[in-house]
Amino acid sequence: MTGIDTRAAEGARSAQGIGQSAPRPDGVLKVTGEFAYSSDLWLDDMVWGATLRSPHPSALIRSIDVGPALAMPGVLAVLTHEDVPGDPFYGLERRHQPVLAVDRVRYQGEPVALVAADHPERARRAAAAIVVDYEVTEAVTDARRAAFDPACPRVHEEGNVLRHQPVRTGSVFEAPVVVSGEYEVGMQDQAFLGPESGLAVPAEDGGVDLYIATQWLHVDRDQIAPCLGLPAEKVRLTLAGVGGAFGAREDLSMQVHACMLALRTGRPVKIVYGREESFFGHVHRHPARMRYEHGATRDGRLVYVKAEILLDGGAYCSSSPAVVGNAASLGVGPYEVGNVAVDAYGVYTNNPPCGAMRGFGAVQACFAYESQMDLLAEACGLSPVEIRRRNAVSQGSHLITGQLIDAPAPLADMLTELESFPLPATTGTGSDLRDLPGGVSQTTRGEGVRRGVGYGVGIKNICFSEGFDDYSTARVRVEATPDGPHALVHTAAAEVGQGLVTVQAQIARTELAELGVEEVTLVPADTSVGSAGSSSASRQSYMTGGAVKTACEAVRERFRELAAGHPGLSPAELVERFGPLEETREYRHRPTRPMDPLTGQGDSHTQLALCVHRAVVDVDVELGLVKVVELAAVQDVGRVLNLLALEGQIHGGSAQGLGLALMEEVQVVDGRVRNPSFTDYLIPTILDMPPMRMSILENADPAAPYGLRGAGEPPTLSSTPAIAAAVRAATGRPLPRVPIRPQDIALP
Amino acid sequence: MPRITVTVDGVTYEEEVEPRLLLVHLLRDRLGRTGTPIGCDTTNCGACTVMLDGRSAKSCSVLAVQADGCDVLTIEGLAADGRLHPLQTAFHEEHALQCGYCTPGMIMAALDLLKEDPDPSEEAVREGLEGNLCRCTGYCNIVRAVRRGAQAMSGREVSAS
Repeated sequence: MTGIDTRAAEGARSAQGIGQSAPRPDGVLKVTGEFAYSSDLWLDDMVWGATLRSPHPSALIRSIDVGPALAMPGVLAVLTHEDVPGDPFYGLERRHQPVLAVDRVRYQGEPVALVAADHPERARRAAAAIVVDYEVTEAVTDARRAAFDPACPRVHEEGNVLRHQPVRTGSVFEAPVVVSGEYEVGMQDQAFLGPESGLAVPAEDGGVDLYIATQWLHVDRDQIAPCLGLPAEKVRLTLAGVGGAFGAREDLSMQVHACMLALRTGRPVKIVYGREESFFGHVHRHPARMRYEHGATRDGRLVYVKAEILLDGGAYCSSSPAVVGNAASLGVGPYEVGNVAVDAYGVYTNNPPCGAMRGFGAVQACFAYESQMDLLAEACGLSPVEIRRRNAVSQGSHLITGQLIDAPAPLADMLTELESFPLPATTGTGSDLRDLPGGVSQTTRGEGVRRGVGYGVGIKNICFSEGFDDYSTARVRVEATPDGPHALVHTAAAEVGQGLVTVQAQIARTELAELGVEEVTLVPADTSVGSAGSSSASRQSYMTGGAVKTACEAVRERFRELAAGHPGLSPAELVERFGPLEETREYRHRPTRPMDPLTGQGDSHTQLALCVHRAVVDVDVELGLVKVVELAAVQDVGRVLNLLALEGQIHGGSAQGLGLALMEEVQVVDGRVRNPSFTDYLIPTILDMPPMRMSILENADPAAPYGLRGAGEPPTLSSTPAIAAAVRAATGRPLPRVPIRPQDIALP
Repeated sequence: MPRITVTVDGVTYEEEVEPRLLLVHLLRDRLGRTGTPIGCDTTNCGACTVMLDGRSAKSCSVLAVQADGCDVLTIEGLAADGRLHPLQTAFHEEHALQCGYCTPGMIMAALDLLKEDPDPSEEAVREGLEGNLCRCTGYCNIVRAVRRGAQAMSGREVSAS
């Protein structure tokens, strides 16, 4: 553990050290088109892989005939589950997901067979020529029935409830004011812009080298190698350029498939999904159905909260247990309440598998508890801000799990600041059509347009929770060059767009300033260095940032010993004579504990982060059209490492929350996805996303490197309920479901 | 197969192409110009935007044969003499990209916008880039970068004249 020690850093702050808005080291490559995304990789002798997927959400496989595909020109290999060299199953938390379907399929889009061919189109056509004889079986598509109806078919032998996490504290479940509601969150897609892709190259040692866009190289490797029947050291992964992630690359997609085809054909194999296949190729955000009851005193102080949170995990486990844990432990939000009965369930169905997406588990609960807080405000005659301020946690409060909030959590002050921001000017009748909801597709002159303002608050656990051995590794090497000492930083951490490469270099410049280091080179992320953990849970600045800082400190310690022994030498001379100086360090955050299986009690979280949003919307109540006029946010990040990059995270996270509030939903009917394209699955455009006003606070967390607080996820939580509240304020409708559809407003 | 002549980033190519081949596949798979990415296959995201005879076009919605005789400018041909175009500099320095997958298309679409409106308001930038999706940035820094790029471009033209 590294305590807070910013004095050395402050003193040695270089022009592009921490706290500076240093430009991205990959920025020039990205604006010139030279940056190599995984889909850009090319070898002259490579062939192309394609995947045959199940058209049915639930079916038995009677037989598979690969003959017609094998007979086609240009086809090098056709593989089924019988060709998996090792363990036929993989999975992040439970190894039960088939590499290729064995005797049954459990969701539409489940991989069944693979083809390698000399052209991508030939590979796709050959895959389509494979004959699979299915016996369609009843699909379990209702999460409530899956969880609670004993007569419901089982998706897996273990039963349909993959985790039930209760939280129990207190015993008073009566209050003068009671509000209740049932809420629903639709299935959101991460919709990163660069679809899944990778290149597997067979190696002379019988192993394989995989160039892949992913979030966590080592957990990929540790799933791939057993499936290939290879020792881990013969499966080497290198991070290829990643076109966004947001949780969707935490599970495997085509990794094992490409390696299997490469090992079978002896040729490099490239697989690139199109957008439609991408919708079937990764997990989505769990859709949720939630029942809440809040009891309070007449002056609006919470007495109790009861909640049932039902999360549809779809056909396989993925990271569902962690999603359930987050939803349960953060199920009432950042509010003080002494009496709680929360039950969070993750269930199997034959719907698409769901797993990690930015804010996992916390996002769904946040929509429900914030909707409840607005109901309570109304019932008590208080403003939405006042009801939240009156119940807000602060440093010294306890979560419903009993965990002490031991770092600053100035929620009441954040709300006060948010409320003080000026409001944007109103849009009147007869305004420019482009300023009205619906823009140029508006068919009125704005007579039905109403303004609404809403607030939302979110709390997110940063880093991995519940006793997970969470660590990151960094190797730092300082060597002499003709231009002076130069640092190489090597980690396996995945740069997925968030700007970790920038922050790593900033940390190295700061910590190694007294060695005269100005130039820092980041060695490409691969599995030849220890694990960095996942680029998820807003954890990389904390964890890999912490690892780089610790490794730099170790190098600096050796340097100081050398300097003390040779007082006449300059830093450059010391490095020249005694270098290179290299140290590798693992960094761990403070240990966390599991949640008690019956009461949910336990110090399960590493760090907690808060964000608050205010949304201003115009709604055409007759047409059901919504325009978000402004989003304002206050977030406490502990310590700003790079302001421009941080603002970008808050903008982007807020935009994804806007999408969930108003437009984004994977529409699943009877287990089938109806909208697997960007024509029908809508993400916010530049016209949908308004300008933002924000305030960033720096109340340091003493346990974290530099006092920082993970920042990527919190804004995704609070923007959704703020926008929903604003639309309710404009329309007077209850709107218990997101995304809010035009018919929910105009035709309730 | 039809034979086409197309100039890409100043280099003239003669290629035999299937009539159904898309321009973006010609660029990426035949000419090796992978700086123009594919994001959606359905003309929604704009990641594959290039300049076709001076107008922006989504290269997934243009057949290679339609580009016969045309001049194509991609993101890879924008920097001149090793110097970044002012829009490229602005996107880099204003942090108008994260994963960067939308960036080539954003910059090419912005280039077309600035030809029509060299000093666009924030609203005009938003109207002009409606056809390009970004999933990372929330667009705020993109708007700022386009306006800064516009200023730099007009400043350059003024000083050159």
